[in-house]
Amino acid sequence: MAETVLMRNFERPDSHTLAAYRAAGGYAAWEKAKTMEPTAIVDEVKKSNLRGLGGAGFPTGMKWSFIPKTHTGPVYLVVNADEGEPGTFKDRYLLERDPHALIEGMLITARAIRSALGFVYIRGEYVQPWRRFSAAVKEAYDAGLLGNGFDAVVHRGAGAYICGEETGLLSSLEGKKGWPKIKPPFPAIKGAFGQPTIVNNVETLCCVPPIVERGAAWFAGLGTKTQGGTRLYSVSGRVKKPAVYETSVSITLRQLIDLAGGVSGTGRLKAVVPGGGSAAILTADEIDVTMDVDGLKNAGTMIGSAGVIVMDESVSIPEALLVLARFYAHESCGQCTPCRESTGWIEKIVHRIVEGHGHKDDLDTVLDVAKRGGGTTICAFYDGAIGPYISYIEKFRPEFEALCRP
Amino acid sequence: MTIARVDFSPEQLAEVRRLQGLYPDKRGALLPVLHLAQETFGYISLEVEAYVAGLFGLPPAHVHEVVTFYTLYFREPRGRHIVAVCHNLSCHLAGAQDILRHLEARLGVRRGETTDDGRVTLQAVECLCACEAAPMMQVDDRYEMNLTPDKVDRILESLR
Repeated sequence: MAETVLMRNFERPDSHTLAAYRAAGGYAAWEKAKTMEPTAIVDEVKKSNLRGLGGAGFPTGMKWSFIPKTHTGPVYLVVNADEGEPGTFKDRYLLERDPHALIEGMLITARAIRSALGFVYIRGEYVQPWRRFSAAVKEAYDAGLLGNGFDAVVHRGAGAYICGEETGLLSSLEGKKGWPKIKPPFPAIKGAFGQPTIVNNVETLCCVPPIVERGAAWFAGLGTKTQGGTRLYSVSGRVKKPAVYETSVSITLRQLIDLAGGVSGTGRLKAVVPGGGSAAILTADEIDVTMDVDGLKNAGTMIGSAGVIVMDESVSIPEALLVLARFYAHESCGQCTPCRESTGWIEKIVHRIVEGHGHKDDLDTVLDVAKRGGGTTICAFYDGAIGPYISYIEKFRPEFEALCRP
Repeated sequence: MTIARVDFSPEQLAEVRRLQGLYPDKRGALLPVLHLAQETFGYISLEVEAYVAGLFGLPPAHVHEVVTFYTLYFREPRGRHIVAVCHNLSCHLAGAQDILRHLEARLGVRRGETTDDGRVTLQAVECLCACEAAPMMQVDDRYEMNLTPDKVDRILESLR
C-alpha cells in the first residue's frame, strides 16, 4: 500500500483543530509557499502531475495557468465541496477530519493564482461537515492565517446534484438556479460573478500542501506516468469492508477490491462501477485495470470521483440501472432538451422492463436514445448518464431480455 | 406550522446584510438567506419569497425559480423532523427499500408525506454520500448510518 498523504491526519485526536494540525506540521507548506513566486507554485503543481480529483481529471497546474496574465481585476478561487456523485464520500472525510489541510491548500492556491477571495461550496445536506469546516475557518481567521490578503467564504448549497458541475456550481453561488453555462468562456476566463475563477475539488486542493512541502518529483513518483500522487477511493456496495481507502493511483481495481476485504454477499463478483454512478460499468473479468485517469479511460469507462460500487452475483443489473435512471431523471436540471427528455423517458422504459412489461425492442430504443444524445448538451451530466444506460444494457443484455416479453 | 407574520428580526436583518456583503454581488447570498428564512418561518411560502425578493431588490419570480430548483427548500408546511432515506445505488444494494417500507409502515405515511400529528416528514432522497455506512438516512441535521429496522425504531422513538 502506498504512502498515506491525504489521510495522514485522520486518526489523530481532534484532527479537525488548528492545534492538532499545527502539531502535525500543518501550515509549514504555506510558510514555504509564501517565499515562492506564484508562477513557481504553478510550475511545481504542473510538474507533480496532479489531476483534478472531483471527476474530470484535468491537470490542475495547467488549469491554474489559464488565468489571463493581463487581468488586473479580482480572481476567485472556488472549492467544489458539493460532493454528490453516487458512491463517493471522501470529501466528507476531508472536511470533517482535516479541514485545515483544505484551508492550507486554498491559501497556497490563492497565492498561485493571485486570488484574494475564495468560496467553499458545501452541499446543503452536509450540515455536520459544514459546521466542522466553518469552525476551522474561524480558527484560521483568529490565527491570522485567513484575512491577511485572502478571505474565505463558506457557502451552503441547497440540494441539487447538478451544482457539482463547475459552471452549475457558479450559477448557484451567484444566487441562481444551478444551471450550467455554455463553455467557452471557461471559468478561468469568465467565472464567478463574471471574473476569472478557478474551481477545484476539495481533495485536489488537499494535495497541494504536500506537493509544495515535499516537492513535485516525490508526488509524481507516487502515481503513474500521467497522474501523480495517491487518491482517496470510496469503496462501497458488496464488499466486506466498505470505507475510504488511500492508495497510489497505480493500484488495479482487483487489488482495490481485495483491499476492501473482497466481495461480500455471495462472494462472487458480478460487476463494478469504478468511478461513481456516472461511470460505465465493468464486468468481473474487466477489473485488471489501473485506477488512474488514463487507465480507466482506456478501458472505456472513467475514474470520475473514484467512487467504487461493487456488485456480487446476486445483484440485479436491471434494478441497479433503474436506480440510476431514476437518479438522472430527478437530477437533470431541465435546461437542455436532449437531457431533460431522454432521462425522463429512459427511466420510464427501464421501469417498465424491471416490472416485467417491457419488450426486447425497448432495449434498442434506450440504446438509440442514449447514443443520439451524447455530446449535444451544455454540460457533461447527460454524457455521464449515458455511460450507465449503454454499458449496463450492452454488457448484461441477456439479463434485461430475460425480463422482457418477446 | 402557521406564519404569523413574515418579518426578520433586526438581528436577522443585520445577518442578511452581513451575508450580502460577503459576495461581490449581494445576490450571492440568496441561498444562505433562504436557509435563514426557512429556519425562521418553517417553510418558504410565496409570501416569504416575496419578502426575501424585497431584501435583494429582485422580482419575486427570480426567487421563486431558485426556491423551486433546490430540494432542501420546502414550499409547504413540513413535519417537525425530516427523515430522508437515501435510495441511491449503494444504499439500494444494502436494502434501502426495506428501510423505506419499514418507515412507511411505522409512520403510516408514504414517502413524500407528513404524519398527521406533524411529527415527521418522510422522504426518499438521492445519494447523501455516506455509502460506506449503507443503508443510511438523514434525520434533520444528522446522518444515521448502518440502519436496521431496530435501529430505525429507536431513532423514531427519540423524535418528539
